[in-house]
Amino acid sequence: MSSRVGTKNDNLIVQKGWMGRNWLRLRSWEGLLLVILIVVVLINIAESPNYLRLSNQINLFQLSIEKIIVALAMTFIIINSEIDLSVASIMGLAACILAALHEQGVPVPIGILVALLAGALCGAFNGFWIAYVGLPSLAVTLAGLIGYRGVARILLEDRSIGDFPAWFNLLGQKPLIGPLPLAMIIFFVLLIIAVIVLQYSSFGRYIYVIGNNREVARYSGVKVPRVKMILFIISGFISALAGLLLAARLGAVRGNMGEGFELDIITMVLLGGVSVFGGTGTLVGVGLAILLILNLRNGMSLVNITSNTQTGVIGLLLILSVLIPNWAQNVRSVWGRRR
Amino acid sequence: MNAIKRYFRPEQIRELSLVVLIVLIVLLFSTQIEGYLSGRTFNRIATSVAIIAVVAVGQTLVVLTRNIDLSVGSIVGFTAYVVGTQIASHNDMLPLLAVLMAIGLGAALGLINGLLVAYGRVPAIITTLGSLAIYRAILVESSGAKSVITNTLPTWLIELPQQNLFSIGAINIRPMVALALLIVVIFQLVLVYLPFGRRLYAIGSNPEAARVAGLPAQRIVASAYVLCGALAGLAGFMFLARFGNITVVAAQGLELQVVAAVVVGGVNIFGGSGTMVGALLGAVMIDTLEQSLIRWLQISEFWRDALLGLLILLAVASDAVILNRLRALWARSELTVRTEDKIDQASV
Repeated sequence: MSSRVGTKNDNLIVQKGWMGRNWLRLRSWEGLLLVILIVVVLINIAESPNYLRLSNQINLFQLSIEKIIVALAMTFIIINSEIDLSVASIMGLAACILAALHEQGVPVPIGILVALLAGALCGAFNGFWIAYVGLPSLAVTLAGLIGYRGVARILLEDRSIGDFPAWFNLLGQKPLIGPLPLAMIIFFVLLIIAVIVLQYSSFGRYIYVIGNNREVARYSGVKVPRVKMILFIISGFISALAGLLLAARLGAVRGNMGEGFELDIITMVLLGGVSVFGGTGTLVGVGLAILLILNLRNGMSLVNITSNTQTGVIGLLLILSVLIPNWAQNVRSVWGRRR
Repeated sequence: MNAIKRYFRPEQIRELSLVVLIVLIVLLFSTQIEGYLSGRTFNRIATSVAIIAVVAVGQTLVVLTRNIDLSVGSIVGFTAYVVGTQIASHNDMLPLLAVLMAIGLGAALGLINGLLVAYGRVPAIITTLGSLAIYRAILVESSGAKSVITNTLPTWLIELPQQNLFSIGAINIRPMVALALLIVVIFQLVLVYLPFGRRLYAIGSNPEAARVAGLPAQRIVASAYVLCGALAGLAGFMFLARFGNITVVAAQGLELQVVAAVVVGGVNIFGGSGTMVGALLGAVMIDTLEQSLIRWLQISEFWRDALLGLLILLAVASDAVILNRLRALWARSELTVRTEDKIDQASV
């Protein structure tokens, strides 16, 4: 059945040429996201003429750049058919470690190193239980979500620590190269690395294979536990990095920093067409989903919709993003039977 | 050893060890906190456990079918707020009507989840992550930044948490605690004796096999969500009665505590195994730890979350490592017992 559809589509491509091929591409998940994105951007432009200015667009990115960076790592994890709920807590923990060390008089660069190392360790801790003991990642990282946040609370209790050296805050707030601040440069570098690793390296293939069918991967000689372990260590490290960037941007650290971010991050990835059961999804889709969420949130802010409602709308979008394709598939199969 | 194997299942040994752990925790804190072993401590913990336990019972129903409901915190907050505003404006409302309204509202919200998961084939984690945000957003948007205040509530509701059904020594059994226990017992019986309960296990252990066997899987999963929502609605009413002052962020984050209670209580997050008694024990353990740490002066209350996380991890790890070994041990010994029986019969 599916092979027949495949040949049919191939014929269409040959017949319709360039236009046809692009039309087919638009019918994919990424295409749908692109169409919605364009609509949202057009509405926003109609709402505010300054919308497309570079400064506004950079500002848009800057406001949730930390979540976007973590979403890159989360894409890898979910394609691998695991999930990491603890990312936001690791972000908070890394920032709190830096703040606590700074409070004790430790120089900030050493604090940054320790915080990054701690993030990687948290990831390794998650990874150990998931990859080598074989516990479900949902449960392990739920424990991490509560536990790492708990350690952050132990470190800072209910204090807020802010008096970081000026250069640290400048890194978070001021443009570094051209109009781009440090966090965005890091994002673009990570994005390029992520695309190369995921789409063009054997490691990336392993991630997909394991996500599709763990048993098949194991019998094909892929070292499943090692791949999962590496992914969780990277996820922890990048979360810690994002936490430090958030600390630099906000200029102050509290125990509850970044609480609830995991919801937004997972939404970005799933809306990007990455299946929660693993094995499918692309970074292009995730990138489009990120742009869509940012523009949607910005547009809703322009018409004074509160942030709680914005989250609700994005939640609705998340559900619809799975429901509509399912529904469309149902309709198609009913039509198929009729013919 | 064989006697133990004959009378207990591995799951029961797990629950037994949870009871022992809870007793140990209580003993530890009784040496640390002055006047800990008193009726007051029991009442405080019991009132707080009652709410978590009711939600945990609903969550267990859903988790047994290999799904999850992360929106329970929002449902509890939603019903507590809506029922609160209704009672505040109609003070003469019948108590029963208020309770029914809370249950109905919760069930309706649960039904939305259930329809999406069972019939829309949207994965449970996506559905409930979304509805967690949606229900809260609707509440915030429709409230107009007002909150429910104790003064506007009728006296029967405010006095409900303090009332006494009966006392055993200094321990008071309050209506809400009794209600929670009743619900745990009822649903435990449902799980063990009713076809509906057995089907939950069947779907959770092997969805494909359950479907092939002709179980109406969609309907059962959807009704698990409706029940979960209804119980969360009831818990919302209890929440309202306990706190009186309800803001739009009420019960935010409750879902984490509930999932933690269920997991610590030995309900497998991948479905198919677990009991209501276990979920209750998990809730008791987590809440005892939480309420006691707040009063323990030795370490700060900020240790609470770190310990809770560790506890969940230990619970899941012990499930995977120890319980599986126990099960294998039981399975092997049953095999040998049976062959011995056969040998006996043959010799006779």
